[in-house]
Amino acid sequence: MSNIVVDKSKVPWWVSNVIVPLVNLTLALLVSGLFVFIAGENPIEAVKLIIYGSFGYIQGFAYTLYYTTNFIFTGLAFAVAFHCRLFNIGGEGQAYIGGLGVFLVAINLSFLPVPIVWLLAIFGAFLFGAAWAYIPAYLQSKRGSHVVITTIMFNFIASSLMIFLLVDVIRDTNQMAPHTVKLPEEIWLPSFEAFSGILGIKIRYSPLNLTFLLAIASLFFVWFLVWKTKWGYEMRAVGHNTQAAIYAGISPHKNIIIAMCISGGLAGLLGVNEILGVSHKIQAGFPAGYGFTGIAVALMGRNHPIGILPAAFLFGILYQGGSEVTFEMPNITRYMFVAVQGLIILFSGALENLFRPQIESFFVRRLNREVNA
Amino acid sequence: MVSPILELTDINKSFGHVQANKNINLKINKGTIHGIIGENGAGKSTLMSIVFGLYQANSGSIKINGKEINLRSPRDSIINGIGMVHQHFMLVENFTVLENIILGFEGETVFGEKLQKAKEDLEKLCKTYNFNIDLDATISDLSVGFRQRVEILKSLYRGAEILILDEPTGVLTPQEVDELFKILRSLKDEGKTIVLITHKLIEIMDLTSEVSVMRQGEMVGHTKTEDTSKEQLAEMMVGRSVLLRVDKKEIKKGETIFKVNNLSVKDDLDVTRVKDVNLEICSGEILGIAGVTGNGQTELLEALSGIRKVESGSIELFGEKISDQNNFLNPRMLKEKGLAHVPEDRQRMGLISDFKAYENLIFGYHDQEPYSKSAILNNKEITEYSNKVMQEYDVRPNSPNLITSNFSGGNQQKIILSRELNENPKVLLVGQPTRGVDIGAIEFIHQRLIDMRDKGAAILLASVELDEILSLSDRIIVMFDGKIVGEKENKNVTDRELGLLMAGVA
Repeated sequence: MSNIVVDKSKVPWWVSNVIVPLVNLTLALLVSGLFVFIAGENPIEAVKLIIYGSFGYIQGFAYTLYYTTNFIFTGLAFAVAFHCRLFNIGGEGQAYIGGLGVFLVAINLSFLPVPIVWLLAIFGAFLFGAAWAYIPAYLQSKRGSHVVITTIMFNFIASSLMIFLLVDVIRDTNQMAPHTVKLPEEIWLPSFEAFSGILGIKIRYSPLNLTFLLAIASLFFVWFLVWKTKWGYEMRAVGHNTQAAIYAGISPHKNIIIAMCISGGLAGLLGVNEILGVSHKIQAGFPAGYGFTGIAVALMGRNHPIGILPAAFLFGILYQGGSEVTFEMPNITRYMFVAVQGLIILFSGALENLFRPQIESFFVRRLNREVNA
Repeated sequence: MVSPILELTDINKSFGHVQANKNINLKINKGTIHGIIGENGAGKSTLMSIVFGLYQANSGSIKINGKEINLRSPRDSIINGIGMVHQHFMLVENFTVLENIILGFEGETVFGEKLQKAKEDLEKLCKTYNFNIDLDATISDLSVGFRQRVEILKSLYRGAEILILDEPTGVLTPQEVDELFKILRSLKDEGKTIVLITHKLIEIMDLTSEVSVMRQGEMVGHTKTEDTSKEQLAEMMVGRSVLLRVDKKEIKKGETIFKVNNLSVKDDLDVTRVKDVNLEICSGEILGIAGVTGNGQTELLEALSGIRKVESGSIELFGEKISDQNNFLNPRMLKEKGLAHVPEDRQRMGLISDFKAYENLIFGYHDQEPYSKSAILNNKEITEYSNKVMQEYDVRPNSPNLITSNFSGGNQQKIILSRELNENPKVLLVGQPTRGVDIGAIEFIHQRLIDMRDKGAAILLASVELDEILSLSDRIIVMFDGKIVGEKENKNVTDRELGLLMAGVA
């Protein structure tokens, strides 16, 4: 009897791209449930509350999608850089500066026709975010300073710079808090309730707005860029094998800069959601950790837009459902959900290979049996 | 009759399909310097890594002082008195010499007495063998030669009776080599046994008392050094095997296409690898570069293909200067001028192993029509092209969507060749085109190269396979130590003649 051995490459794609992430996620949630239990609450009830809070009523669902919007931007930002093997953990700062771009464009050009203001503001967000990522990119490509170090330092610089601007330069001088004046109402992005109002459904306020569609468009944009254009091809080539890229005449310097700038630009788009869509002004600290959570989103989504969409949605559910839980269960604080996020990052990022070998070899064995049967 | 201190019997080791060591038998006598010589890839380093416990043999036995031992890790070897100095030093750069030597053998949690004792012991050792090392110097401040001494000292301090040196002179200056040899001789006089792995015949003749020759994973001979000569060893090293002759038309040599003037090139470690090389290649001609690996061929090809900066001299293509010490055209620009390059190391440079086959088939040409138009890749065209070319070159399996690392070495090589030959280049640089490729594919690849030549391309072929050089080339140059040491028309040249030149003898 001949034994045909099926090798690893024959493992179906859905095993490593669907089953493994799901197993990791389940584990993270089980451990989280344990925490909830230790905190003295019923984990099953907590799950029910999360589901109710994020899906149970239309306003809650709108909140979920609003969070999803932000996570798509920051998740994509991380993923694009990662295809060039760059760890851009500066999404937070790039988003912050991106917000400045939106605001400056919108407030100075508000006399233009509204859709043009929107387009230019989106462009402004992208440009400012990209510019903030350009400096670490330049330092990496020309001087060899590692982007992990520089981008995280640039988060702090962005934060300080924005506080300075918000206190001394662009503060709304009629009050004392570190935020700007509001943008004129006619250039605000239409909110979800405005849309549903047209359809005759009246719902309460939610921050969900037109930016959600921009996020969906960005998913397509990234997929197209990375897999369908020569720029994406060159970025991936540099990321996978720099030596080979040089051999083929592809410049690593150029591609590091392009990848980082697109990455920073995508992070900057978070400012469109927050400023043009929700608060209509720059507030101190508005990126609120979305930039960092985006890393987890990208890791869970395996740096592919098709994975990032559900991963961003999952984090949206956790954010929205989590606030419902903290509201209903006094023993569970907001920080509990930071821990849950941490567990998801731990299981889907750091411990990604914990179960992969077993799961894959399970399928290899099964295939072997089928082949030899 | 002296009993051997180290005895290997029937050692076998394979990596995947490649058998690196086949039934190796070796006896090394106490208090001798024993040379192991062979070309790169002959299996010398693998064998010694087995002795040092880095790899485990698939079968065979190792005896030390007549006692069979089981080596599962370097620690086992160190306990049994075996020390090894690797080609690439294993030192912590920002530690001092002393700290490096005691690393892993500190013996105490808070440094004090034992550290002091270690220092005294080491000072004594240094004196005995004339090491002349400052134990408190930081490694990063030391020259390569001194770092090597630290490695030797480390082994001695750990009680090594048998010291294995893997290509110890590769990175040294001639003066440093002399110093090293002095140290090795004094070690021998103190009764230590030394195993010297090298591909340099001069060192063997200079230093050793016995020598073993390896070729393609096999031990092909043992002899006393005094009973042999460089010529004999060179012959054993290179070996004679059946020539694969290729049908070749009479040469129709055209105008000079590629011209290299007084070229010198440095490698990444700032060592000059190509020294004052002059050469010319004409259209319709295959110029073969013979030489043992590591004699500057790699750097020469990299400089010619625009990957590596030149140190001095210049390169001309079609009478136009493409490279000198100030500027060089990058590979992209050279491609546009009709230069194609099949790199020596396909894994490191020629391919991206994580890419799908079709992505590698257009690598470097991906931004040209019809594969892409205004920066957007044309998948339909690429797939059609991939299917066609994979059939034409008989790449197996014939599936453009398969990840490249899943293809065998020979098929990966065909992917590269099809890509580089497809554009009908006017100049073709080829490094080791058939390394790790099976016989059928070798014939195919050779025929393609001949076809290119007949079409009027100028081809530069670097290969460590003498047969390949002899059967393909119209003219042969031999590189040794970065210099061209011989140039011959390929008429009645024997492999023996070339072998001597390659070994730097003639």
